[in-house]
Amino acid sequence: MKQSFKLAGLAALMSVSALPAMSQKAAAQEKIKVGVIVSLSGAGAVLGQQARDGFNLAVKDLGGKMGGKDVEVIVVDDELKPDVAVTKVKGLLERDKVDFVVGPIFSNILGAIHKPVTENKTFLISPNAGPSSYAGKECNPYFYVTSYQNDQIHQILGNVAQKRGYKKIYLMTPNYQAGKDFVAGVKMDFKGEIVEESFIPLGTLDFQAELSKIASMKPDAVLTFMPGGMGVNLVKQYKQAGLLDRIPFLSTFTVDESTLPAQQDAAIGMFGGSNWAPTLDTPQNKKFVAEYEKAYNSVPATYAFQSYDAAMLINSAVVAVKGDLSDKTKVAAAMKKADFPSIRGGFKFSNNGYPVQDFFLTKVAKRADGKFQTEIVEKVFSNYSDRYAKDCAAQ
Amino acid sequence: MTLTLALVQILNGLQFGLILFLIAAGLTLVFGVMDFINLAHGVQYMVGAYLVAAFTTMTGSFVAGLALALPAALLFGLLLEVLIFRHLYDRDHLDQVLATFGVIIFLNQAVKYVWGAAPLNVAIPDALSGAIEITDGMLYPVWRLVIIAAGLAVGLALYLVVNKTKLGMLVRAGASNAAMVSALGVNIRLLFTIVFGVGAMLAGFAGAMVAPILSVEPGMGDNVLILAFVVIVIGGIGSIRGAFIAALLIGLVDTLGRFFAPTLLKLLLDPSAASQTGRAIAPMLIYILMAAVLFFRPSGLFPSKQ
Amino acid sequence: MNNLLDLDAPASPALATPPRANRAYLLPLIVFVIFALVPLSALWGSQSFILALVTRIMILALAAMSLDLLIGYGAMISFGHAAYVGLGAYSVAILASHGITDGFIQLAVALGVSLIFALFTGAISLRTKGVYFIMITLAFGQMLFFLGTSLAAYGGDDGLTLASRSMFFGSKFLKNDVAMYYVAFGVLLGAYLLLRAIVASRFGRVLRGIRENPVRMEAIGFAPYRYQLTAYVIAGMIAGVSGFLLANQTEFVSPAYTAWQRSGDLIFVLVLGGLGSLHGAIIGAAVFSLLADILSHYTENWALIFGPILILVVLYARGGITGLFGSKS
Repeated sequence: MKQSFKLAGLAALMSVSALPAMSQKAAAQEKIKVGVIVSLSGAGAVLGQQARDGFNLAVKDLGGKMGGKDVEVIVVDDELKPDVAVTKVKGLLERDKVDFVVGPIFSNILGAIHKPVTENKTFLISPNAGPSSYAGKECNPYFYVTSYQNDQIHQILGNVAQKRGYKKIYLMTPNYQAGKDFVAGVKMDFKGEIVEESFIPLGTLDFQAELSKIASMKPDAVLTFMPGGMGVNLVKQYKQAGLLDRIPFLSTFTVDESTLPAQQDAAIGMFGGSNWAPTLDTPQNKKFVAEYEKAYNSVPATYAFQSYDAAMLINSAVVAVKGDLSDKTKVAAAMKKADFPSIRGGFKFSNNGYPVQDFFLTKVAKRADGKFQTEIVEKVFSNYSDRYAKDCAAQ
Repeated sequence: MTLTLALVQILNGLQFGLILFLIAAGLTLVFGVMDFINLAHGVQYMVGAYLVAAFTTMTGSFVAGLALALPAALLFGLLLEVLIFRHLYDRDHLDQVLATFGVIIFLNQAVKYVWGAAPLNVAIPDALSGAIEITDGMLYPVWRLVIIAAGLAVGLALYLVVNKTKLGMLVRAGASNAAMVSALGVNIRLLFTIVFGVGAMLAGFAGAMVAPILSVEPGMGDNVLILAFVVIVIGGIGSIRGAFIAALLIGLVDTLGRFFAPTLLKLLLDPSAASQTGRAIAPMLIYILMAAVLFFRPSGLFPSKQ
Repeated sequence: MNNLLDLDAPASPALATPPRANRAYLLPLIVFVIFALVPLSALWGSQSFILALVTRIMILALAAMSLDLLIGYGAMISFGHAAYVGLGAYSVAILASHGITDGFIQLAVALGVSLIFALFTGAISLRTKGVYFIMITLAFGQMLFFLGTSLAAYGGDDGLTLASRSMFFGSKFLKNDVAMYYVAFGVLLGAYLLLRAIVASRFGRVLRGIRENPVRMEAIGFAPYRYQLTAYVIAGMIAGVSGFLLANQTEFVSPAYTAWQRSGDLIFVLVLGGLGSLHGAIIGAAVFSLLADILSHYTENWALIFGPILILVVLYARGGITGLFGSKS
């Protein structure tokens, strides 16, 4: 029966995937288990790596322990596919029995995993994605964000454009939901004329046609949200078209430490909106940046520090309940206090689990050692909470 | 929208088309002559870009980097040919798709493993990094003109080789009936290897030329691969002339459509609906074009198989 | 040349031979028995994660199996089959967002929308052959993908979360993962039997005849176009059902479901498992998903292993995994 022999192999293959579960189950009580689900393959890989490295660095700084218990970190790759993310996160919840889930990077993945994690009464901490959808009516005591509410970052640009007295600006963004949020965020504080709202098809390689149009329209500034590879293309081509010296370039998620290694000199002098920069002057930040660069040989971006803070947040809650995670209400109360020294200095949660923090305008500069980073130009908002928090019923 | 802008946009469209032609030329040659669906063409383009990035960093000069990257891309292509592709020529298209897809998965991860997930930078040589002022405030980067020249040069060279040389004759014959060429005593294996080598080098060359304006990152070949297939299918598989014309057509339709579609739609719809519709249609344009071309000419514009 | 697209290939003498009864049915029987017993694994401590994983495998298998009708039996290589998965999924999500949670209505809409889209695009696509067919189906798939990303009211690119799974007879029993599992299992089994019956019928034999030699079939009085279009519509509708299940299982829909890479995955799963056997699609889906899951559990660089495995399968395991089992001649 050669055939059934091979089928036995298939069945064995299936049971192998169940194996890690059984061996780990017994140990579940003594350890704090954290699942990290980020994009490690596909277009967002570099962001996911930063978030993972930032988290691991924090765990190392904590000596591998939280509240006296060993910490086990299980990293999984969501492959930037929502349905894959759902299966993987169910694996974290049900196979690995994690106490906390940290992730993801992208809003569309968050949309897929938010429900399974929170319904399982497990704490979900987003180290990057902060969509409006879970900030208002749909806020949840099991969901915390250590980054920002997305609109706030875009609002920085509109605010700065208004304060600088720009009369007409040109908006450019990928044609997807986050792009529409960008336009809405800019319009909150900018009252001048928007000469063009340009929605670029996803995956666009060549921006030359767009740049010609900008050159002919001569706006006072270009405001854009162009993450990832598209942003690298845009920034390089913007400089090459000779526009950088003539028209100021303000952007969100377009020039940061994850893309600067590819943009290099082309990005020098470009402005960005952020809640942090490597130069932010707090003792925790100095230590963090130095340690991160030493361990991973690259300059950290926001993804890394927000993930580091996520680990510190979890630690603060575990310590507060003395390692006893059985009473979820107590843990939630401890989480909400955010009793940890955030890298960014002042940090607390609004009633919806999103942060209240300062926001800055940043600028790209080349460091003495030849590497590139963003630097803080000015503070734009202080202790700023998002506008959806008032719709959240939790107090 | 002024006349100058319209003319500049046409130039931009042609320029984008030439980029697409650079990428698609090798693919149509390999597909047409060898009847081999090489999905790995996109990753060969990516490898070309990575090689030029690595060699430019090593030598400090883009020209030297390019000079080293081209033979390296050729060698790499031939290595793939010997190890894997050679065993696939006699297989059906599905097997080819599957195996070359495996190559994509492997190489995307491999470049990430070797060079990291972060995108790399390739600087334009200083002499070519400037821009020419067309009109007041409108600058055209010199490197774009270099790409236009490179695209035209590759097109011309392929045209001459394919139409005026004995090798070209065999290539054309191979494209319309490979079995017959083989039966006439031509060493079809050698012909295939030469064609594949040229295709690999063209893919690498395309990657190298666009590296200074694009993000060099893992997976950069995937979307380009689809665009390249659209080009060669509209043009007619195996036809260099078809690929050239289809590439320019797509470049123009994509660039101009994005700018004129909202304007035209405003004649029919109210402004917000027009921009909404324009936005939804813009990324679909090239696929609509392809479906339309295939509807009227099911074998593309210039079919080479009879 | 052993080429599916080579229209001059000699007609197979096996054209009218029914599958060899005993051995041919053993493998699918065992596969379905394994699927039926998976939930029992909870008895010895396995978790519902396994259920979620295997449910996803069965949904993937359903879509791949419908594609087998096109590729394996009809030699129509569709590179846009994920479009129907997306149509089915969005039917559920869009109706649910308007408060229509009845599963039968959602299913009917999913089937109807898939039928219309398949009829329309199939009518155009089938004018082309070979690689041109591959590319035109890709084009329609891409159009749908970009349409999905521009549906601002339904989340656009971010996708849309379902408030709850579909209701049947006013009951929310689908919320239970075991119920969800057996619904997916039942649909897969039903679709398998349906497709078995179709390929064994006169219609199926004509379809295979067209695959082998369309000119001859036309000469003896069968219009290939009508048979191919019918198969195209049936396959699209079954894939639409898999989308209905996928939306319910993940409780989330996104344009990513219709991306060309997903269509590629489907072809992939099918060739991996073995073409033209129906159960090959199921085995391919299982191996594909389990391998990716297990490898990614051990190393982040799992693609470095996964890619070469696929190449080796093509080079040395002709006929896919079912070919290894020897149930296909």
